[in-house]
Amino acid sequence: MVAVYVIIGIVVVLAVILWVLYNGLVRLRNQVKNAWAQIDVQLKRRYDLIPNLVETAKGYMKHERETLEAVTNARNLAQQMSSAGAGQRAKAEGELSSALSRLLAVVENYPDLKANQNFLALQEELTSTENKISFSRQFYNDSVLRYNNQTQMVPSNIVASMFGFKASEFFEVTLAAEREAPKVSFT
Amino acid sequence: MLTIGMGALLILIGYFLGAAFDNAVAGLVIAILVWVILSLVAYFQGDSILLSMSRAKKIKRDDHPRLYNIVEEMKIASGLEKMPDIYIIDDPALNAFATGRDPNRASVAITSGLLQKLNRDELQGVIAHEISHIKNRDVLLMSMCGVLLGTIVLLAWYGSRFLIFGGAGSRRSSSSGGGGQGQIIILIVALVFMILAPIFAQLIYFAISRKREYLADASGALYTRYPEGLASALEKLGASTGQLKAANKATAPMYIINPFRKKGMKASDLTSTHPPISERIRILRAMAGASFTDYDQAYSTVHRGKGVIPTTSLVAETVPITTTKLEGEAGEPNEIQRARETSDVMWRLNNYNTIKCDCGAKLRVPPKFKEPAIKCPHCGRTHQV
Repeated sequence: MVAVYVIIGIVVVLAVILWVLYNGLVRLRNQVKNAWAQIDVQLKRRYDLIPNLVETAKGYMKHERETLEAVTNARNLAQQMSSAGAGQRAKAEGELSSALSRLLAVVENYPDLKANQNFLALQEELTSTENKISFSRQFYNDSVLRYNNQTQMVPSNIVASMFGFKASEFFEVTLAAEREAPKVSFT
Repeated sequence: MLTIGMGALLILIGYFLGAAFDNAVAGLVIAILVWVILSLVAYFQGDSILLSMSRAKKIKRDDHPRLYNIVEEMKIASGLEKMPDIYIIDDPALNAFATGRDPNRASVAITSGLLQKLNRDELQGVIAHEISHIKNRDVLLMSMCGVLLGTIVLLAWYGSRFLIFGGAGSRRSSSSGGGGQGQIIILIVALVFMILAPIFAQLIYFAISRKREYLADASGALYTRYPEGLASALEKLGASTGQLKAANKATAPMYIINPFRKKGMKASDLTSTHPPISERIRILRAMAGASFTDYDQAYSTVHRGKGVIPTTSLVAETVPITTTKLEGEAGEPNEIQRARETSDVMWRLNNYNTIKCDCGAKLRVPPKFKEPAIKCPHCGRTHQV
């Protein structure tokens, strides 16, 4: 009789442990997923901001047609690539970032533009969006680290392999291309 | 751990209070009842009470886009699910606080003085510190501890008076039989305890508060990846002398720096809700990376002792500090521009209508103004209201 109780007890304890570990893994995996979605939201926000910025700057920057066109083209390309493969997209986003930084560098030569309230507001928005992109990337990587640790460490790695929780990849940034292709597997 | 200590103090006080009324259980029940009621009020109304007490005004995105953006950036960096509400307190003193019972119902408030004085990086550091209070649920922890402390002080105050004036007298007449000696000893112990309990509770409360401040600084550095931002903000905060008008003792641990700090006070002693600012700056500047481990190491170097971060949160990972900040200095408004911007926001939040005259003057039209047009006192042009 005692043996039966002991066995039942062990089974219950094991079930509770399994339950806690499984839920923990699901929570972390969802966090990774949400963090990834947040990066996407911010990249889209950048697409929306650029036409306004270019429109405002155009009136003041008569001699910077090429710089402005480069930004517009890079933006359009990046937007087209957003549904394409991650590798191509990374390259396009990287080019957009560098075109934008060239534009913001030449703004220094146009004091009238720098005094324009509308432009200042747009610049703040763009600066903040760039920040948000990097903070969401940072949070994504932190989440991936926590999630991967859980899938690899004892005892949660046993649960992870039982239910097919696969490690996610980090979102690394190389200088050549702003956005390296992250392969996120949510199985 | 310290919280449990405070709870134990409360229960002990209830016990001794009960002993004074011949019934220990009744005292316990009183203590627990008072505590539950106070906790419920603090839990459900704490944030709105605090915000209305500090006369904070809620802002929307359009009122101050930069502040809103910075809060949103930190919300993303910390992984909060919901955007906290943002409030501005019209006060030249430099301070900020966070409130709200859980991360989904949180608010961040900063003074208009702070909004003027700090640049983007510094503001980001301060907001990161406040968001960490939300993320670490310090607001809930500290208000519960505050309620515990308040209850202990309250009960001890009443209890000691009962013991001195009421309880002892009535007891002498009622229990004329044996055991008088033991009762007197218990009474004396109870009296001493009543006097000491509030003091100990206060010290424990301060210790918890200081620990959470260090943790919030560490998380702030981690979220921004830029400890210098918070360090330089703290430097400006420390140099200012203005005291916040609408702060009180109960709300002190919520602020980024102690609102009751006296100038030149060395507050590393046991009686402050916040660690001394100079020490917080030294730790932040001694950090080699931006992770909790780096903060912990910096803390132990400054203190020549063991660290302050709970060991469960320490992960062996290297987190580099951002050296090149993304925002260019180009679009950064200087202090005068920030002052103008902030005063514009404050007028608007008080429902004043601002009209810009062509001569450069700004007319602030009060909400009670009923005339259809107004004359510029500077150049005499007429404006439609």
